[in-house]
Amino acid sequence: MSIAPQLLRGPSLMAEILLSEAEKAFIHHGDDLRCDGRTRLDYRPIILETGLVSNASGSSRLRLANSDVLVGVKVELASPLSEKPLEGRLEFFVDCSANATPEFEGRGGEDLANEICRFLQMSYMSGDTINLSELSVLAGQQCWVLYVDILILECGGNLYDTVSLAVKSALYTTQIPSIKVATMDGDQPELELSEDPYDTKRLNTQNVPCLVTLMKIGNHYLVDPTPEEECCSSSGVVVAVSGSKKITAVRKIGSGSLHPESLVSMLKTASEVGAVVNKILMKKLLEEETAGKTQKVGFMR
Amino acid sequence: MVDIRLASEVPLFDIVADSTEPKHLVTPGSLITKETGFMRGHGTYMQDDCLYASVAGVVERVNQLISVRPLKSRYHGEIGDVVIGRITEVSQKRWKLDTNARLDSVLLLQSVNLPGGELRRRSAEDELSMRQYLKEGDLVSAEVQNIFNDGALSLHTRSMKYGKLSQGCLVKVSPSLIRRQKTHFHNLPCGASIIMGNNGFVWICPTLHEDVAGGFVQNLETVPHADRQAISRLRNCVTALAQCKMMLYDTSIMHAYDASINAGFEIKDLLLPDKITEIALMVRKQFEMEKE
Repeated sequence: MSIAPQLLRGPSLMAEILLSEAEKAFIHHGDDLRCDGRTRLDYRPIILETGLVSNASGSSRLRLANSDVLVGVKVELASPLSEKPLEGRLEFFVDCSANATPEFEGRGGEDLANEICRFLQMSYMSGDTINLSELSVLAGQQCWVLYVDILILECGGNLYDTVSLAVKSALYTTQIPSIKVATMDGDQPELELSEDPYDTKRLNTQNVPCLVTLMKIGNHYLVDPTPEEECCSSSGVVVAVSGSKKITAVRKIGSGSLHPESLVSMLKTASEVGAVVNKILMKKLLEEETAGKTQKVGFMR
Repeated sequence: MVDIRLASEVPLFDIVADSTEPKHLVTPGSLITKETGFMRGHGTYMQDDCLYASVAGVVERVNQLISVRPLKSRYHGEIGDVVIGRITEVSQKRWKLDTNARLDSVLLLQSVNLPGGELRRRSAEDELSMRQYLKEGDLVSAEVQNIFNDGALSLHTRSMKYGKLSQGCLVKVSPSLIRRQKTHFHNLPCGASIIMGNNGFVWICPTLHEDVAGGFVQNLETVPHADRQAISRLRNCVTALAQCKMMLYDTSIMHAYDASINAGFEIKDLLLPDKITEIALMVRKQFEMEKE
């Protein structure tokens, strides 16, 4: 029986690239020294900017080497889900721009977008990550819905991590308008939006998860894989780690298998790495906030 | 382990480049001239008797011919150029290669040296076993032999220095950053070899020995740690120089390499934006000193 190769490959991480046998061997033999001189647990430099999109409630742009992600958060009033009347909700939407790679043209990026979307949804589901009851306005009738729109502008490997960091930064800056429940007009409550545009509240994003991708190469695993490394690896895990070092979701990627022992050690490493990433990101976000209004750098540089 | 920076903290990379701004900078659609009597060159188009730019770049004029040289473009091949390409397709009597040109380049079966003597007729068996010599994904160094009418390049590897590449690391930069030189193959004193493809593909690998190059065999043995370190450092130096838009050739790369060692930077430090500008400034200073 023959199986189509695309079924064997499993969920694709991103656009496939071609590599020769020798290049793969070179990457495989790298003993804690990767092609760009990093050790296995090093990230490439990350560049962050928030508040670029003026008409969004919160936004961020994050670049990790050549991966470029723009995230905008928009808050809107809606009625809560009937099974969770006391909570607001988050809705994710990922768009893979055809500018990133020609393969995303048309519906090409849809699978990848759905995968990222689903996994984000899953990792935010745990009650420890974000307090959704903060988003409730009027129990059972009105709540805030946060629409998180993610635009992938460029792919340079390790999309999951890049997207999660950008989403966290955007949520950190999201301003939710203050709202008051005014007089009850019969059964219908009247909502009164504060007139001061600066009268807003912010979410507690301390525990919002960061995703950490670990790819297995040979007998070892590494964080922040480049596209070349992704191409060499047959399996890996994406782990969502909250600020309190808790793992909120795990997903295996690639078609290869993982030994139970290595899986346990990968999860352990991921939670440690995730905690560090979370801490540094929060520190930087606070730094940017306290620096106050500076000239935005944006895309023109 | 993790380095997060705010966009405002990242230095501008172009502070290193010459600050003289080119005079006639245009963007696509900008009007070049309303006067008639000029000839339409590359990168321009005519509309309502006016000449417009079709690419972003610098306007150049030779007598009556006006053309726009793009700031960023794909590789424009010239006969005799050394290029590095990746096989994308094996077809009848030819391989297709990605060389960063507008069209895939072609490597004909008749323009490669087959194993077992230089002068040999290409038999039907050779045609059938093409994939054993070169298959999809393989990297080759080659020379531009000819340019077809449609602009596609025809390559050849009929010299012992060209052929399939083995272990190493490929860096892609803009083709305009590669300085044309007598030789594009360098054995650097730091214990690695570098091939600077005119098409902007730079190949860094363990020191090449004359006698083994040019074949179709790949050496898959582990590369010693010291060699790997040299390769990684060179790779980061090349990307650093390229980010600062500095010309790439053996001297500039060696200056960057030495500067990074003298400054005591670790290999992975060279990925950081501030270290990149520092290295580029040091290289520039070195060149200025040599000029005096």
